[in-house]
Amino acid sequence: MTSPLLQIENLNLTRGDRQILKDVNLTVYPGQVHSLLGLNGSGKSSLAYTLMGCDGYKPDSGRILFDGVDLTILSITERAKLGMTLAWQEPARFEGIPIGKYVDLGLNQPNRERVIAALNAVSLPANLYGYRPVDQSLSGGERKRVELAAVYAMRPRLAILDEPDSGIDVLTLGDIAMIIRRLAVEGCSVLLITHRDEMAELADAASLMCAGTVLFTGTPLEAKRYFTTRCMPHLETLGAQPWDMTQPEVKAALASDGRVRSADV
Amino acid sequence: MIETTKRSHVSAGRPGWANEMSALLDAYQQAGGDPSTLQLPDVATLVVSANQVLASHEIPGIHFVSEPLEHGVKARISVEPETRIPRPVHLCFGLIPAEGIQEILAEYEIGQGAQVEFLAHCSFPNAVNVQHLMQAHIHIGHNASMSYTEQHYHGQTGGAVVRPHAEVIVDDGGRFTSTFGLTHGRVGLLELDYLVDAAESAVVEFTTKVYGTGDDQIKVQEVVRLNGAQARGLARTRVAVRDTAISQVYTTMEGNAPGARGHMDCTEIVRDQAHAHNEPCVVVRDDQAQVTHEAAIGTVNRKELETLLARGLSEDEAVDLIIRGLIR
Repeated sequence: MTSPLLQIENLNLTRGDRQILKDVNLTVYPGQVHSLLGLNGSGKSSLAYTLMGCDGYKPDSGRILFDGVDLTILSITERAKLGMTLAWQEPARFEGIPIGKYVDLGLNQPNRERVIAALNAVSLPANLYGYRPVDQSLSGGERKRVELAAVYAMRPRLAILDEPDSGIDVLTLGDIAMIIRRLAVEGCSVLLITHRDEMAELADAASLMCAGTVLFTGTPLEAKRYFTTRCMPHLETLGAQPWDMTQPEVKAALASDGRVRSADV
Repeated sequence: MIETTKRSHVSAGRPGWANEMSALLDAYQQAGGDPSTLQLPDVATLVVSANQVLASHEIPGIHFVSEPLEHGVKARISVEPETRIPRPVHLCFGLIPAEGIQEILAEYEIGQGAQVEFLAHCSFPNAVNVQHLMQAHIHIGHNASMSYTEQHYHGQTGGAVVRPHAEVIVDDGGRFTSTFGLTHGRVGLLELDYLVDAAESAVVEFTTKVYGTGDDQIKVQEVVRLNGAQARGLARTRVAVRDTAISQVYTTMEGNAPGARGHMDCTEIVRDQAHAHNEPCVVVRDDQAQVTHEAAIGTVNRKELETLLARGLSEDEAVDLIIRGLIR
């Protein structure tokens, strides 16, 4: 049986006085596209930042194993050098850094052909975009495509993509889906955070997050069915996330899905 | 007084000056310039080392008149009305020795409707105790346009004192664009002081980029007075300071007439024990004018940094890339 590339074990994260992640368990296999679903505020992006080791996202407990190596105390750079990277939902902008150079950054050696191919893959022709800066002059959609090109050029072992499809026009969605599949075909794993059904369905597996914990893991279709039948009924009574997990009604709702131990309720 | 209408290398036949010309051009090249450009027949050039004009070449429509001073040169540069100078005019200033003073008293007269772009390269590669003092008076005529880009190349000794001062008058419909860059080598001490008066529908645009390291001291004062109706002003300042360098930026934008619009935009990155001080000053004297400002002073943006770290760059590499991009 194939060993997992990413194994998250009982991960807990508190920021301020709020518990953001609670006993998160998740496994991603090599070459697998794994979509991470859930409502706004359910902890998906926080999990992504925690996996990447971002400032302020040091877990309280639990382990993040990457190809068997515990990443928990490693820096962002060290994690990236092991082959993990993250594309932010709202990517940063950089004055004075040309797109071509930016896309090239994650490569071990400068590789012009790979940069051009990556830009072409997201419909940003290198001759038009290669020398433009990664700054405010790009639209939101262009900036996200640049980010995806940078990740694709890098060929990481695990790409964590935080809503690469938000703010993107319908035509470009096809490019993004193509890139994600290409990454997988080339052996890269993808942890794909998304709200779109059609993107989630690209995945080989899907996990559903709710109130900082992973409620369910299965196929994308199973995850969607679980959400519709088991989660939707609670939404009307609990309102929008993030939920306060210390409140009895939240505990009760989660317990009804079997994800919270009875001792917590 | 030297008045030229054709290329004249004052250094001809004088080996000492020729060496100086060669050294200045080497420094010019290190600063990113292409010395061969200075030899092109359709490119106007003025090359000044210390108080000597080493080369002066006019093309139709532009005139240089220069006169040596004890420690520098007095120069009058004029562009005839309704003349478009097709290629950038190259001005090359500098001082090769480790010590000395270079004073440039410059007068620019841009005739109405004229268009001209100046590229000024200031090279002080060996400065231990060097002063470069520039006092410019610039008049841009009705509907005329002048772009002035000044790039400095300093060595690593930090011994340069640079005081570029300019008073600029932009007539109605005129345009003045200034780009000042001191990002190669140590700054030393910089005291930049520009004052611009803009008439009706005039446009003024400043971009100032400086990178201070060691114990460099940077003081930037820019005042734009939008005196005419519909005048426009933009002042962009990008400064990075490391080690124990100090930066002080004072930008004033005045909206003094109906429809005048001004904006100031300052970003400064501070590392190590350096410190930055920024004082934007907004003055509005007309109820139909508007001036805005934005400033970000401090450490490198965390998200920018983490994005680059997630590509495998070290923190030092990432910070350096962000700073180099900012002042590029």
